[in-house]
Amino acid sequence: MKIRGLGFYAVLAYFFLHAPIAVLLAFSFNSGRFTVWEGVSFRWYEAALRNSQLLEATLNSLIIAVAATALAATAGTLCAYALWKREARWLTSALTLSLVTPEIVMGISLLAFFQWVFRSFSVHLGMHTVVLAHVTFCLAYVVIVVLARLRTMDNSLEEAALDLGAGEWQAFYRVTLPALGPGIAAAALLAFTISFDDYVITSMVAGVDSETLPMVLYAIARRGANPVVNAISAMIVVALGLLVLVSERFRES
Amino acid sequence: MTRLRRLFLAPSVTLTVLLFLTPLGILLVYTFLTRGAYGGMGAPWTLENWVRVADPLYLGILVRSVLAAAVSTLLCLVLGFPLALFISRAGRRKNLYLFLVVLPFWTSFLIRTYAWMFLLRDTGLINTLLISAGIVREPLPLLYNYGAVVLGLVYGYLPFMVLPLYAALERIDSNLLEASSDLGAHPWQTLKRVVLPLSAPGVRAGLILVFIPCLGAYLTPDLLGGGKTILIGTLIQNQFSTARDWPFGSAVSLALMAAVMVLLMVLARRHGDSLL
Repeated sequence: MKIRGLGFYAVLAYFFLHAPIAVLLAFSFNSGRFTVWEGVSFRWYEAALRNSQLLEATLNSLIIAVAATALAATAGTLCAYALWKREARWLTSALTLSLVTPEIVMGISLLAFFQWVFRSFSVHLGMHTVVLAHVTFCLAYVVIVVLARLRTMDNSLEEAALDLGAGEWQAFYRVTLPALGPGIAAAALLAFTISFDDYVITSMVAGVDSETLPMVLYAIARRGANPVVNAISAMIVVALGLLVLVSERFRES
Repeated sequence: MTRLRRLFLAPSVTLTVLLFLTPLGILLVYTFLTRGAYGGMGAPWTLENWVRVADPLYLGILVRSVLAAAVSTLLCLVLGFPLALFISRAGRRKNLYLFLVVLPFWTSFLIRTYAWMFLLRDTGLINTLLISAGIVREPLPLLYNYGAVVLGLVYGYLPFMVLPLYAALERIDSNLLEASSDLGAHPWQTLKRVVLPLSAPGVRAGLILVFIPCLGAYLTPDLLGGGKTILIGTLIQNQFSTARDWPFGSAVSLALMAAVMVLLMVLARRHGDSLL
């Protein structure tokens, strides 16, 4: 079966997928403020790096993403292992439901929940509420990825460990967990990028001291064209790209 | 196993119950409350918020959202199918081509949406080029309309369509294609009568994976639709911010959830697919 024009179509499709980002990144080096090319300059990068609000937001985003990833990866891996051993219908359904819940609904329900809890205890919205929200929406992704990995694994190794006198915990910790490494790493990478990128839910549950990078970007983007956004975008794209590449290498070796 | 299993499940069960199911439960309670004068809410208990969801004004928004999501999903299918076919037949370079589809997914969604604002706005790249080339004199109103929203959704979710399609196409036994051509079928006939039916599970998965996030999308309509194109996500957000009508906002949220769940259950029951 040979279909003519398929290769040509693919070129167009890849152009559609990548050109907008490429153009955005190219104009981060434009010395002019407007979308007319005026020469190469790094002034928008300088402006971005000198903006203390942006730096603070980036730091917040990193702290939140690392914390949420660690918690979600731990809870999700344990959960996937338990589900692999024996199905738990309602939990699987609840996790699936959390995957398909529109972000805006999840954000608002979490806000309602936090306000309801905080009415009883005098606590406020802040980094901790953002981390909790992120763990919640990252959990199902971790479970999916780790469970998929477990299902491709041979469980006779673990059975052998049990037969040879290992306890259940030992069999998990010394046999199955090490073999799960790449799966957990992939799940953690996914959780990290989703958390680092989230705007909708974060903007609902963030407090005054927990503004994240997407929140700042969103605020600037809504105000209109600003080449600083291009510069920040370029840095994020390159950083995330490197992260993905490094992890691919890591997985191959 | 039971003790260890309980221990292993405890964190995720706690998280799911406390931070996912309980918040939804709170919204459900809110839908039966009456909105107070200053954005608060309380007694009397009422069904009015659910009746309002069925108001023609809001039904119109729901229909428009479903249409936007359906159009975007179909466009993703039409645009994604040939690409998935191309990748599945690319031989050794398959992984590279697949990586190029997934790559934008690793880029921030916000940045991808901003990229289109950068291209489409009045002083954006496309208008600047068109004006300097003398093709148009006034900037074309490319941004802040329905079309821009659909474009943004298609751009954002195309990879979600290509991946399951690719997975399904990849699994098709190439002997079947050879048999079809040996028996005299034209490539297009093979495509229509052999490849398409066999890729049905991938098509179904792709439709679900794209339609559901498109239906509840908030960021794309907000940034590319510019408040003029009100879709259901924006409606919900408005109820909790400017309108300060939590009970009604909760009812719309849960109506949206219900729509998503019904869709998912119908498809899962008919075909026994499951996401997990």
